[in-house]
Amino acid sequence: MIVFKNVTKRYDNGTIAVDDLSLEAPKGRITIFVGPSGCGKTTSLRMINRLIAPTSGSILLDGQPTEAMNLAQLRRKIGYVIQHAGLFPHLNVVQNIATTARLKGIAKKQALLIASELLERVGLDLSFGNRYPWQLSGGQQQRVGVARALASDPEFMLMDEPFSAVDPVVRHQLQEEFLRLQRDIGKTIIMVTHDIDEALKLGDQVAVLRTGGVLAQVASPKELLSNPADSFVADFVGRDRGYRYLSFVDAASSLAVMIEPVVALGTEAAAARIVAKDQWILVVNAAAQPLGWVDLDRQSGPLRESDLNLSGTLASQDHSLRQVLDAALSAPSGRGVIVDAGRVLAGSVRLSDVVAAIQSAKAAGWGGRP
Amino acid sequence: MIPWFTDPQHWNGSDAIGLLIGQHLIYSAAALAIALLIGFPIGLYVGHTRRGVVIVAGTANALRSLPSLGLIVMLVILFGPVFKSDLAYLVPCLIVLVLLAVPPIMTNTYAGIAAVDPASVDAARGMGYSPLGVLLHVELPCALPLIFSGIRSAALQVISTATIAAYVSLGGLGRLIIDGLAQRDYYEMVAGAILVGLLTLAVDLAIALASRLALSRGLVR
Amino acid sequence: MNFDWLAGEVDDIGNFFAWHVALSVIPVLVALVLAVPIGWLVKQSGFLRPALLGTVGLLYTIPSLALFVLLPLVLGTQILDPLNVVVALTVYTLALLVRTVCDGLEAVSSDVLQAANAMGYRRIARFFRVELPLAVPVIGAGLRVAVVSNVSIVSIAALIGTPQLGSLFTEGLELHFLTPIFTGIILCVALAVLLDSLVLIITRQLTGWQPRT
Repeated sequence: MIVFKNVTKRYDNGTIAVDDLSLEAPKGRITIFVGPSGCGKTTSLRMINRLIAPTSGSILLDGQPTEAMNLAQLRRKIGYVIQHAGLFPHLNVVQNIATTARLKGIAKKQALLIASELLERVGLDLSFGNRYPWQLSGGQQQRVGVARALASDPEFMLMDEPFSAVDPVVRHQLQEEFLRLQRDIGKTIIMVTHDIDEALKLGDQVAVLRTGGVLAQVASPKELLSNPADSFVADFVGRDRGYRYLSFVDAASSLAVMIEPVVALGTEAAAARIVAKDQWILVVNAAAQPLGWVDLDRQSGPLRESDLNLSGTLASQDHSLRQVLDAALSAPSGRGVIVDAGRVLAGSVRLSDVVAAIQSAKAAGWGGRP
Repeated sequence: MIPWFTDPQHWNGSDAIGLLIGQHLIYSAAALAIALLIGFPIGLYVGHTRRGVVIVAGTANALRSLPSLGLIVMLVILFGPVFKSDLAYLVPCLIVLVLLAVPPIMTNTYAGIAAVDPASVDAARGMGYSPLGVLLHVELPCALPLIFSGIRSAALQVISTATIAAYVSLGGLGRLIIDGLAQRDYYEMVAGAILVGLLTLAVDLAIALASRLALSRGLVR
Repeated sequence: MNFDWLAGEVDDIGNFFAWHVALSVIPVLVALVLAVPIGWLVKQSGFLRPALLGTVGLLYTIPSLALFVLLPLVLGTQILDPLNVVVALTVYTLALLVRTVCDGLEAVSSDVLQAANAMGYRRIARFFRVELPLAVPVIGAGLRVAVVSNVSIVSIAALIGTPQLGSLFTEGLELHFLTPIFTGIILCVALAVLLDSLVLIITRQLTGWQPRT
């Protein structure tokens, strides 16, 4: 557990970066500091490993005040990941990862072994091991940065905008992998971001800071969306927070999934018309995984891959109402496609049914995921 | 030209080509070593702490504008009464060669350290390297390409200027040029010029090779 | 300092100074005119670029005294001809400036070049109205190094007998007399500072668009 007790950072010129911050980052959970630029979120993070010294107050790691610890010892206990990864350009990937293990006093051979194992853990092929940082993409560098922080097996991790320097597609991928990794390793993590969506997606707990370094609210993402403490938090969380809140409402309990007729590619349009509910027919592959919709009103002859309308998104059965709603909204037939964990078709939901489910969930005071 | 080089007279005695090359290299190496002892630590300190940047840049500029020939003759006259024997010439020459070699070594070391990606330095500090550890394990290795190029230009300037040593009656390849001029022996002058040119080329190549071997492949693309 | 001697020699010293200025400045002007097109060509040369810059760099490594001695062979001049010094210094300055011009042109942001292309600049116009003006800060920095080191190198030519401030050094050593040597050093440094400031001022004039720090 990381505890901030009345921590203040005031610079010599009088500006206050962090103002009397008190909060707890629970063990094994992800706590996110989020806020506009100048809110002191990075300063707060860097005070934990004392890259910046607090002016007053104290920070405790598992009950021990950091100011009493040896600086190097303190930092070696804490994994540190930063925006542009900050890899060492003169070392190859494996050597880079091994540095933290070496700092902890692990023998070179053993450290390189740990590094190679971590390489796979963060989703990089072993062949990357002897490449140099300049030969990697931004996303790959960031994976190596995470692996390097993990190589000393620290109890705590500090991450300063770790995913903001990569493009949205890679960012999404890194976020998903990070959540999967954290389920395995269960570190106590504090992450800084300016992106509220990232905060809500990754955080077990989100601390919203406002300009001047004042803590505006610290709460679970769900609580933040449904019950913002003041207008600043409400504004920062965003205008479409009502829609976003659906991310935290489970769909499975409240939704009736209908059977959806399907055909395979190559079926004659005339034969498809016989089974179809209306002008739209869903096409699946041999494993019963949905491929796309076909508009039978504009179709003659066998259904080909080029005839598929791919605009619909898929929602999983145990997903949130937000995803189910999106599937229904985006399907050309108006029926959202529901799949199971293996992407095998489970059925479909009508937009009107989703809206009804949202209405009843709201009336019941939102059930579903914590 | 070829007869001059094949004349055995030029390979023996007090003006033997081998001896002159040896003297030239010894003056240059000594000056370079002293300049490294002075310029390298200052460059490291200024690069790491960012303190004294203005002083270092100003000193380097001022030293560059000093005319080396003027400095040597001035020091020879000043030191004449102080030292006996050849030291009266050697010390002034070494001082001037060191003054020439310090600025490129000092400024390149400083610039190399200052150019290290701040993110790498931040990461190193954050993961628990001591300040000395950051300098030795991150900043210095990353600055090596620029440091090497500083040593290279210092070495070339020193070898080039060491030819002047002959003018104040020291050895080295400048001997051939100065003596040739005095005796109106143009062949000897040209031979000296060619040999100095070849020597700088060889040293240049040697340093390029050494830096290729010493630098991480992560730094040279 | 022996001021009586100075007063007697003031004409000669003035002469030496004028020669020194000419021998330092003319090569810079000639080299600048040559370096702009050559630097541009080198920049365009693609994979040949490192090889070309390496060759140009080699010129810079030739010791000055050696070059003063070797040039008469190439030019067919007398050893005492000041032309040797001018050509030698032009070679040095050129070696330095070609790289600088190339670096300066490469430092121009590709966004700016694309914008210029999109606006319909032709190649030559783009070079003179966009690329070259934007490369001035880098070229100016190279010029400053060139003028300062030229002033020092010119004095070495005294060893082969070309008259300029360096002659005060050889004279001083022969007479075992410090006054001419001090005078020479002071005038050399003053000239270096003067020419350096001049280049700095001209560069500033040409780069009003740059933020001043």
